[in-house]
Amino acid sequence: MNALAQRAQRAAAVAAQHADAVDREGRFPAEAVAALKAERLLGLQIPSQFEGEGAGLRQVAVVCSTLGQACSNAAMVFAMHHIKVASLVAHGLDSAWHCQLMERIAREQLLVASSTTEAGIGGDLRTSFCAVEAEDGVFSLGKDASVISYGRQADLILATARRHPDAAGSDQVLVALLADQIFLERTSVWDTLGMRGTCSDGFRLEARGLPVAQILPKPFAEIAAQSMLAASHLLWSSVWFGIANAAVDRARAFVQGEARRQPGQVPPTALRLAEVSNTLQALRSAIVAALVRYEDVQGDADAIGSIGFAVMLNNLKTTASEMAVDIVQRALAIVGLAGYKNGTPFSLGRPLRDVLSAPLMIGNDRILANTAKLLLVQKGGGQLMSA
Amino acid sequence: MVTSDDIRTILGSNEALAPVAQQIAEDDSLFDRGLDSFGSVQLMLALEERFGIEFPDEFLTRRSFSTIRAIRETVSAVLQSVAA
Repeated sequence: MNALAQRAQRAAAVAAQHADAVDREGRFPAEAVAALKAERLLGLQIPSQFEGEGAGLRQVAVVCSTLGQACSNAAMVFAMHHIKVASLVAHGLDSAWHCQLMERIAREQLLVASSTTEAGIGGDLRTSFCAVEAEDGVFSLGKDASVISYGRQADLILATARRHPDAAGSDQVLVALLADQIFLERTSVWDTLGMRGTCSDGFRLEARGLPVAQILPKPFAEIAAQSMLAASHLLWSSVWFGIANAAVDRARAFVQGEARRQPGQVPPTALRLAEVSNTLQALRSAIVAALVRYEDVQGDADAIGSIGFAVMLNNLKTTASEMAVDIVQRALAIVGLAGYKNGTPFSLGRPLRDVLSAPLMIGNDRILANTAKLLLVQKGGGQLMSA
Repeated sequence: MVTSDDIRTILGSNEALAPVAQQIAEDDSLFDRGLDSFGSVQLMLALEERFGIEFPDEFLTRRSFSTIRAIRETVSAVLQSVAA
């Protein structure tokens, strides 16, 4: 096992220890995040000139899946943090303020959260109501953020807003707000079926008199298309793979236990295990293929901004989220009541509840509708190894 | 021959850009003027219909449709490849 895998395993061991309590109490996975900081994993993607490790999404994805096997909440917090960091790394290099910020993230292991969702616009992250109001080099921002995952626990929030009060809803910028620069008033509580520890409460966010240098120079439209879409779908899928993988591990252990009790016979559940391991492999292949394609187009803005690439990422999200749910459900069918019951070595209630969020976070119908529009012009004819 | 005014006329029928189409300069970013991903698909379809062409996949990038100049060059390139 390489050094990064070992660091991820150590953090995952801490996450696993507290996963049930985090879920039961609907609280932030504080121990796991402390372990991630201790292992210096929050700065993984930050370029080495800013004291990070310059890792790519492939390495981050591996950590996401390792964590996903232990605690979905810790894994999703880690994924969301790195989705934001991916945008900073891709689009912050020509801004001195954001370069300094990257250095701080690596050095102080700052946890980064995201505020895109806003009251009244639903989940359409490419539209904002709120607007940056800038004057004499400083700006103010007030936002009815209907969801900010771990907003209270984050050291830094990257928030979308319209560029100025007269700008169109889609003319957005991304602003970096340090926790000690803003006022957050909680407006709704995240009490959910699963993913309870992401603490995705709603907030009224207020920021006053902050330097305009904290606004990322690139339009958010470009940030969303060039880095966020890919990072989100690749890292979320890796978390879901981790959850599904752990569920299949439990089903496998269950089937093997049955086999040991009845030597000479193949338990009937083994056939179901064979089926689900097949689906798990297909899920893994889909994610790995997308990661490879992502790496292939790095540095090629045209390829990243192409319709074919967006369709590929959309397809990954809808496919991976559905497969992950299917896999955990099938694992539960293999294990039976021992999986339905909490507190057994084969319990699957928590992972099942957690993974049910996968098709809903950016709803699959919304993504399919977007893909449908893109397919109106895509010509197809892709080859096995290239599309 | 594709002129910038041809492109502007098509932009004028695009929901997102209609109100500002005539004020858009040659190198203004259409995305900054409110063009979103669906708007750009509509724009591509309108251009295909208007010029009787089909954009190959390698032309279907953000950059190809980012400004009036880029669109003009993209359409001209496809028209030339059809003529060739």
